Amino acid sequence: MGIDLSQFHETFLEESFEGLDVMESSLLNLDAGDSDPETVNTIFRSAHSIKGGSATFGFDNVAEFTHVLETLLDQVRGGERDVTQEIIAALLESVDCVRSMLSAQRDSSEYDEKQVQSVLKQLECMLDKEDSAVEEEKDDAQVSPGVTQGWLIDFRPHLNMIQTGNDPVRIIRELKSLGPVEIKCDMGKMPALPDLMPEDCYLSWQIELFGDVDEAVVNDVFEWVEGECDLVISSLQTDVSTSSAVAVNADPVEEILAATTELQVEEKVIVTNKDKTGSDDSVAKPVQKRTKAAAEGSSIRVGIDKVDELINLVGELVITQSMLGELGQNFDTSKIEKMMDGLSQLERHTRELQESVMRIRMLPISFAFNRFPRLVHDLSSKLGKKIELKLSGEATELDKTVMEKIGDPLVHLVRNSLDHGLETPEVRKAAGKSETGLLHLNAYHKGGSIIIEITDDGAGLNKEKIRAKAISNGLITEEEVFSDEKINDLIFQPGFSTAEKVSDVSGRGVGMDVVRKNIRELGGAVDIVSNEGKGSTITIRLPLTLAIMDGQLVRVGNETYIIPIVSIIESLQAKNENINKIVDQAEVYKLRDEYINIVRLYEIFKLQPDCKDINNGLLVMVEGEGSKIGLFVDELLGQQQVVIKSLETNYQRIDGVSGATILGDGTVAMILDVPGLVVMSRIKTSVKEDKVA
Amino acid sequence: MATILTVDDSTSMRQMVSFTLKQAGFDVVEAADGAEGLQKAKTARFNLVITDVNMPKMDGITLVRELRGLAPYKFTPILLLTTEAGADKKKQGKDAGATGWLVKPFNPDQLLTTIKKVLG
Repeated sequence: MGIDLSQFHETFLEESFEGLDVMESSLLNLDAGDSDPETVNTIFRSAHSIKGGSATFGFDNVAEFTHVLETLLDQVRGGERDVTQEIIAALLESVDCVRSMLSAQRDSSEYDEKQVQSVLKQLECMLDKEDSAVEEEKDDAQVSPGVTQGWLIDFRPHLNMIQTGNDPVRIIRELKSLGPVEIKCDMGKMPALPDLMPEDCYLSWQIELFGDVDEAVVNDVFEWVEGECDLVISSLQTDVSTSSAVAVNADPVEEILAATTELQVEEKVIVTNKDKTGSDDSVAKPVQKRTKAAAEGSSIRVGIDKVDELINLVGELVITQSMLGELGQNFDTSKIEKMMDGLSQLERHTRELQESVMRIRMLPISFAFNRFPRLVHDLSSKLGKKIELKLSGEATELDKTVMEKIGDPLVHLVRNSLDHGLETPEVRKAAGKSETGLLHLNAYHKGGSIIIEITDDGAGLNKEKIRAKAISNGLITEEEVFSDEKINDLIFQPGFSTAEKVSDVSGRGVGMDVVRKNIRELGGAVDIVSNEGKGSTITIRLPLTLAIMDGQLVRVGNETYIIPIVSIIESLQAKNENINKIVDQAEVYKLRDEYINIVRLYEIFKLQPDCKDINNGLLVMVEGEGSKIGLFVDELLGQQQVVIKSLETNYQRIDGVSGATILGDGTVAMILDVPGLVVMSRIKTSVKEDKVA
Repeated sequence: MATILTVDDSTSMRQMVSFTLKQAGFDVVEAADGAEGLQKAKTARFNLVITDVNMPKMDGITLVRELRGLAPYKFTPILLLTTEAGADKKKQGKDAGATGWLVKPFNPDQLLTTIKKVLG
């Protein structure tokens, strides 16, 4: 039958990537000279599974590679080979190779064949160094085939043969499929009925198999019962007709089949009896479900509990719906209270359902954190630094899309900490610190956001150096006051690096600006707090999800806009005395001690507002890109959760707008892009300043 | 039709075996490791058990030994799926009471041929 094996490829790839992650983290836990058998076994098992699967599903390159890998691991497992730093390094490289081969398979792309071959060669060299005789010698037993007229098989099962589930009838049936047979059954050992043990096999057979059958094929039939029977296979040299004359002329197979069936019937009786007495050992042991972490890919694995919760909630919804339906059938005013109850129930269930659905998209941040042990291990040895990596809050859940996008910025920040932040053991010692630097990745929820902190106890930012660099780059002037905020801003400027020499780890000044851009695209923010000599903490704030947010609805003219609640600081009725027109038309509002740019939304979106006089309107103070602006609107409407629809996919990008949503009455409302508006207001102001100059 | 228990920690292998057998008309129950397999074997009766060797929690060899200790599985055919063609694993398997083995990689046809051989 033709079964399309490609339908299993996705599952295979997914579990193989998981297996590789397991291998990698186990390898990192493995210290040279100390081979914890369980860890080694776990590594072996992963390699073994990948090998088995790749061979079965036709990924020959992977199978070939993992075969060598497995052989090496088997030697380590068997204690024939010590765990050395060299082996650990080679195995880690192998993991990368297999990962690249499988990724290439998944994405239908190419992988670095050269790299794979070189690692493979390295592994093979290691194997050759000691005995290369580990390869199976399975072909030894094969006898060269010769033309024969048939075989005489003397088959005497041991008493206990059927207790391994091997049925002599099966073997005879199989022989029969090879060619014509004549069978003699020897019942000589059969005891008297009272002594007969139904679990034992008392019968023996002499089978003549006619035809030109390869001896290896005959041997194969008995492969599984080797050691459980006495077997003599000899070539039928004599004339076929003489042989058959000696043989009992009957077709004994049917007879034997019948006899064995009876035997089996008896077995069953006994089995049933034993079943009753033996029921004690069927005490249930709790079966632990494997909690396999979901792989990043196009699919999400969802825990049964989450799905159950959904089903439960849908059930509740159906109940509420039917209740409301019934109410509506003969509705009168006396039932209003009941209806309100029902509606609030419906609202609650809908919200819960929404939350549960969102939870399906949530993955623990350990997915993003998992790659760091390896990264830190590799980089610290490359940089000659001693670094301890501490991970905490790995169970903090984050939307899958956010997770995918935060991976690269995180890697960049960690590399930066390793390269620039943490010092070499000598420098640390001289500074009175412990030789081993600490890098701490922490994640937790705070309000509606998730916070990721990257803390190191390294050198911290050198403010003087940054200042000098910034002045030489023309980013600031000599006189400018140098606040911490400014430092933050400078670090994230494109092309800004104070590294004296560019290493291949970091320091090209490419990246921090990209990091900030990526994080902002996710609606998040990034901050650095640094203590010179003591270390730095980089804090990333991210929204929990990209699909839904809490929004403040505002009206400008006839249009409704939505401002993300997270970016709103306060809303106020503007007072004339606080408004200052600086130059030309740039307006600022004095809020306590701060001067805040005013952005008239009707100007940006070219609308006809109710009022153009700020005194009669409302200002919504929002914060983005590290500074505040006041949005001038006609009216504040309600607050509600909105589902974000992408404008780019449905229409096109518009400055100052990050997306759209559909309101309860069916109209479309734009969601304001606060950081974008802040930038727009800056540009506007600077253009005006230029004009004046 | 016969009911078959397939035990493998690799989801893709288990799915492949299960799919092939179901296509051929067998009833199939899956288990992800030896411990789960043993548990399932205790609560239901199977005509054939197909198990991987290398698995977490309980390996295939131990599973075979445990099953043979249970009265209902004293004579039930148990096949090992193994990539280890070495005589070593086979002997261990046989000593534990396995009926036979099927060496990976195998294709669905080879699997069915072997199973039909065992189940008749």
